[in-house]
Amino acid sequence: MDAFLNSSIGILAITIAQTLAILVPLLIFVAYMTYAERKIMAAMQMRVGPNVVGPFGLLQPFADAAKMLMKETIIPSGANRALFIFAPMLTFILAMMAWAVIPVNEGWAIADINVGILYLFAISSLGVYGIIIAGWASNSKYAFLGALRSAAQMVSYEVSMGFVIVTVLLCVGSLNLTQIVMAQKTVWFFIPLFPMFIIFFISTLAETNRPPFDLAEGESELVAGFMVEYSAMTYALFFLGEYANMFLMSAMTTTLFLGGWLAPIDMAPFNWVPGPLWFILKVCLCMFTFVWVRATFPRYRYDQLMRLGWKVFLPISLVWLVLTAFVLKLAGWLPV
Amino acid sequence: MIAALAFYVFAAILIASAVMVVTARNPVHSVLYLILAFFNAAALFLIAGAEFLAMILVIVYVGAVAVLFLFVVMMLDIDFVQMKEGFQRYLPIGAIVGGMLFLELLFVYGAWQFADDAQGLRMHPNPADVATNTQAIGRILYTDYIFLFQASGLILLVAMIGAIVLTLREKPANSRRQNIAVQVARAHAVTMKDVPKRAGLAELGGIIRRPLPAAKKPKAVAHDDQHGGGHH
Repeated sequence: MDAFLNSSIGILAITIAQTLAILVPLLIFVAYMTYAERKIMAAMQMRVGPNVVGPFGLLQPFADAAKMLMKETIIPSGANRALFIFAPMLTFILAMMAWAVIPVNEGWAIADINVGILYLFAISSLGVYGIIIAGWASNSKYAFLGALRSAAQMVSYEVSMGFVIVTVLLCVGSLNLTQIVMAQKTVWFFIPLFPMFIIFFISTLAETNRPPFDLAEGESELVAGFMVEYSAMTYALFFLGEYANMFLMSAMTTTLFLGGWLAPIDMAPFNWVPGPLWFILKVCLCMFTFVWVRATFPRYRYDQLMRLGWKVFLPISLVWLVLTAFVLKLAGWLPV
Repeated sequence: MIAALAFYVFAAILIASAVMVVTARNPVHSVLYLILAFFNAAALFLIAGAEFLAMILVIVYVGAVAVLFLFVVMMLDIDFVQMKEGFQRYLPIGAIVGGMLFLELLFVYGAWQFADDAQGLRMHPNPADVATNTQAIGRILYTDYIFLFQASGLILLVAMIGAIVLTLREKPANSRRQNIAVQVARAHAVTMKDVPKRAGLAELGGIIRRPLPAAKKPKAVAHDDQHGGGHH
């Protein structure tokens, strides 16, 4: 058995099993997130929400998926066929790819690489391509406008997100995600770096094109923005990709600021709960906030969105970065 | 064995996509092939063990530079027929320039002298006391090459300021602008005010219209009323 596991085929089999162990629960969570979002928003708006398919409407995600599969995929005659189909695939694949480095428990990452946080940042910054390519390949005014908005928006918010990540890295002294979590054993980073935590959370909303920053979709003025021409499975891939991206961003927030798989207090009733459960709980808390924000705030005006990114978040994160460096240096807390 | 195979696969795709960047008919496709080339270059860095460089290549070039590049190219209105015009005429001079660059590269490589311990360094690029190549790069960049590093940063800053200066236009004196801090700091969310025409609500920090220059004022008002319509 050991000989098989150490052979190259064995390693391949283990990797595939690990990948499935991450992706299958992720997709189930994504499916139920669509249901949870509708239920939570319904509760906040004093409605009932989906309640017909199955008990409490619990089978609604599967009904939706079946409906998407049955429908016809329409490709506009003026569209660039190859890129039109490639765009939703790219969105979905990127949202799945990033999970390779997320540590769900100590040593529970598929690839525990040295530059894990850079890998995450790189993959999340590629998400914009799915949207731009979709907008361009659709050969439609609305789609293109949505794509242009989204490109400017995501590039702007990445800058401040980068500075937030650098601030966290200063406190950790490593780019490895497992070590970032282990560095939070004494205190989770959202307490000492609270302003950066807020900036990071709002930037994740902008990165995932979620309300109140969903100008790329803007159903009231751009009908559905970059995905106006998409139908059936191509649309479903965008939809799944968006929710998987939200989970990814929540996992990033959890890893960087909320102590990953660590229990809130390292004491008896808390550390009986296994690490992955804590991780899932924290991710779900972040996801709930995503929905909460959506149900609460109206959409930003575009110039205010840009102002917030460049004139508010960027200066604050820059100053906080320098401040953190000074404090760490003067107090002698700089990790080696 | 697998590393060598991966190297040849990535290198072949890199060269093929680089060729496609130049030969693709559609400029948007060219940019997309350029992005593919960046990706494969990042993969080659990974195979060489330079994971930090690989990630930075993807973040900076693919995640930011190429996005803006794609953004611009998509908005260009390019006539393919016009672009192909003069291809025959410029072919010889292009070929001469390309050939000379190729010859120069050949000469440089032919006269290359390898240092005695170069082979050993190539096998172990990290110094022995450093765990990751991120640390190794940081140590060199911020000590031996700090001047060059800062100077290149300054050059980029100058370029950025230059771009802003070129595109910054002074707003006309009577443009509307919003003072968000004042708006947010208001004690009462809803107030009723009798607003004089074209004066705005400067004290409320809402949409402020600065007073027009005195000489132009009557003319501008009359002009606006004619076109604005609906007042009389």
